[in-house]
Amino acid sequence: MPIEILMPALSPTMAEGNLAKWLKSEGDAIESGDVIAEIETDKATMEVEAVDDGVIGKILVPAGTQNVAVNTPIALLLEDGESADSLSDRKSSNKVQPQAYEEANKKEDSPAMSSEQIVGQPTGAVIENRDILYAQGAVIEPPPFDEAAFFTDTKELSVREALRDAMAEEMRADETVYLMGEEVAQYNGAYKVSQGLLDEFGEKRVIDTPITEHGFAGMAVGSAMNGLRPIVEFMTWNFAMQAIDHIINSAAKTLYMAGGKLGCPIVFRGPNGAASRVAAQHSQCFASWYAHVPGLKVIAPWSAADAKGLMKAAIRDPNPVVFLENEMLYGQSFDVPTDENYVIPIGRAKIERTGSDVTITAFSINVGKALKAAEELAKQGIDAEVINLRTLRPLDRWTILESVKKTNRIVSVEEGWPAAGIGAEIAALCCEHVFDYLDAPVTRVCGKDVPMPYAANLEALVLPQSDDIIAAVKKVCYVD
Amino acid sequence: MVSAKETSSKEERNENSTTNLSIDKLKKFYHDMLLIRRFEEKAAQLYGMGLIGGFCHLYIGQEAVVTGITSVQKHQDTVVTTYRDHAHMLACDMDPKGIMAELTGRIDGYSRGKGGSMHMFSLEKNFFGGHGIVGAGTSIGTGLGFAHKYKNDDGVAIAYMGDGASNQGQVAECYNMAALWDLPVLFVIENNKYGMGTDVSRSSAGQLYRRGEGYGIPGEQVDGMDVLAVRDAAQQALNYIRSGNGPYILEMMTYRYRGHSMSDPAKYRTKEEVSSMKDERDPIINVKSILLEMDVEENDLKEIDKEIKSIIKESATFAQESPEPPLEDLWTDVLVESK
Repeated sequence: MPIEILMPALSPTMAEGNLAKWLKSEGDAIESGDVIAEIETDKATMEVEAVDDGVIGKILVPAGTQNVAVNTPIALLLEDGESADSLSDRKSSNKVQPQAYEEANKKEDSPAMSSEQIVGQPTGAVIENRDILYAQGAVIEPPPFDEAAFFTDTKELSVREALRDAMAEEMRADETVYLMGEEVAQYNGAYKVSQGLLDEFGEKRVIDTPITEHGFAGMAVGSAMNGLRPIVEFMTWNFAMQAIDHIINSAAKTLYMAGGKLGCPIVFRGPNGAASRVAAQHSQCFASWYAHVPGLKVIAPWSAADAKGLMKAAIRDPNPVVFLENEMLYGQSFDVPTDENYVIPIGRAKIERTGSDVTITAFSINVGKALKAAEELAKQGIDAEVINLRTLRPLDRWTILESVKKTNRIVSVEEGWPAAGIGAEIAALCCEHVFDYLDAPVTRVCGKDVPMPYAANLEALVLPQSDDIIAAVKKVCYVD
Repeated sequence: MVSAKETSSKEERNENSTTNLSIDKLKKFYHDMLLIRRFEEKAAQLYGMGLIGGFCHLYIGQEAVVTGITSVQKHQDTVVTTYRDHAHMLACDMDPKGIMAELTGRIDGYSRGKGGSMHMFSLEKNFFGGHGIVGAGTSIGTGLGFAHKYKNDDGVAIAYMGDGASNQGQVAECYNMAALWDLPVLFVIENNKYGMGTDVSRSSAGQLYRRGEGYGIPGEQVDGMDVLAVRDAAQQALNYIRSGNGPYILEMMTYRYRGHSMSDPAKYRTKEEVSSMKDERDPIINVKSILLEMDVEENDLKEIDKEIKSIIKESATFAQESPEPPLEDLWTDVLVESK
């Protein structure tokens, strides 16, 4: 049977075009790859090449024809041994292929999945997976964890030591775990977080990189795909902006793009947010940037126990994890369980202080400020519940919402800018799920919406302070 | 240390090549390159029918590069490339049906329809993508090499990039680290003369194969239209790398007959330029004439043509019959899921 040559789509958006010129005539022999015609699209004139070998039996659409719909047969090609006579009684049989095109196009008009199916809650009882439920916006109880049981035997550690111990324990347990970054080896870490690791694990597994964030982040991703479990230290998260393409496009999206066949187990870690007096380029919170991205997990520990238990969880997790530390916390000490099995589930917040009048959510350094504010508020007769978020993606929606149902008021604290921030997400969450429980508007305490100034007095104004938290709490409690 | 050098002379190579090559090996080159070409032509056709959407970057004209290199790589070696990637998958022996079905966005595609033309992977065949960000694949390839060295598995990572990518900062960063740590990485620059519509002479200072000189990485410019020249250069480079000497750069001088992607009319070059490459330098015609000179019957080659035609036909049918992914697949594979 003769082969139909169809009007091709020559760009993702083309629906019709003009058949400008035939470069072959009826009776011409053509080979696959020969240019047979020129077609004008809305953007350009394009050449059409033959896909099959044969002889042009009949030209169905003459040169100069305007607005020829994609997939219209434009010529008939005779294969070996076929004669042009067979064409005379031929009926137009544009059944199979045009239909496929119509179907392909129809989908643009009527999306494959109706908005009803996507928005909000899971589509049915079929999917019972926590991460999938989370992606669908569901509120689910966090993974179970009897944390108190681990605190029967503790020792005091700084956040810095806790992070180091977590990495060392996981490196002892798994040969494929290695640490890479600027100054992590011989210098023992720009902030001494990797103190002693080079001595214990050697230069094969504790690697000083050149100052080349984009390159080494991508390289670490490649090594993770090829069987290793890298921990990448960014001297600070500010410098990771050079590498953010690899964190998002290479690490976070690959599993999905691969249909689940290739993952990227990797930890990106380092100090995030303002230190002290280092000005705009070195003082930025990236929490909301990364929490925005599906395919990543984002952790922001406060205490040394958080740091230890969450770092171990991050290294063991099969997904890319962004681990946001804080320079100002490195030297602070806390009780940390001695049990090496103390691994905090990712996605579970911790209620650091129970209270009944108002909920305060915070992460990283602001947990300490929130607790301090709560002590002061208690003296003034306001009983605040303080939630240490610990994980920003997946956010523990359940713990936040259950607390608001009890207190009917919420103040979110973060160091980052307000726009599209973690607090904005929490406000939306409360509006969507506990609107009727709220006795006051959801209120945010954020970093001021300016680049970080250097001057000490201005810097203090930018960052949330306990007094700001106290003022916000009083506002939502309608207390002067 | 080997230093950067110009294309080795054709006579020298021909002498090596034809004497060392059996007819079977040449036939295999012919087969593998023709498979790529016919696959890409079919992809173009399906694109024209609206069955493939979005971006679709064809490899037609460049077949000798990946075919020659793959012929000398070992099973433990890993490969990563750019978005012009169908050929590399075929060369890695991935199933044409699965590749074509991914192009049509169907469930039996390598990425279950979630990746498309630019994003397919196969751990089984050591193929690590398929990357859409220019230059990013080079860093990932350097990381594959880092892992080979870490695991001490005698593997080499082969990282393909285009001439456009070689101007990305991260490529220089990776040359530095690969040289610094003697990583087993073969950097292959497929110089097809145009980064999208920009002639390489308008984008790149100096010679691309010499960009590693400052780091002590040997580089070589090779006739990328000649599969035997490619094979010989790749063999030498891989031997060098596998002996623990660190990375190597091969700049393959090649040419794509089609536009940058399906919607590019390629007006930035003359018809004469394109047709002179097609008529005088075509890698497939080149191998075919060597075979005919060696008294292989034309009919033997026709058999190969026929076999390939049927593979391609089968893959196109498969890619149209395979269903679209089920709607619940929207939510899976975002994370390696916890229970």
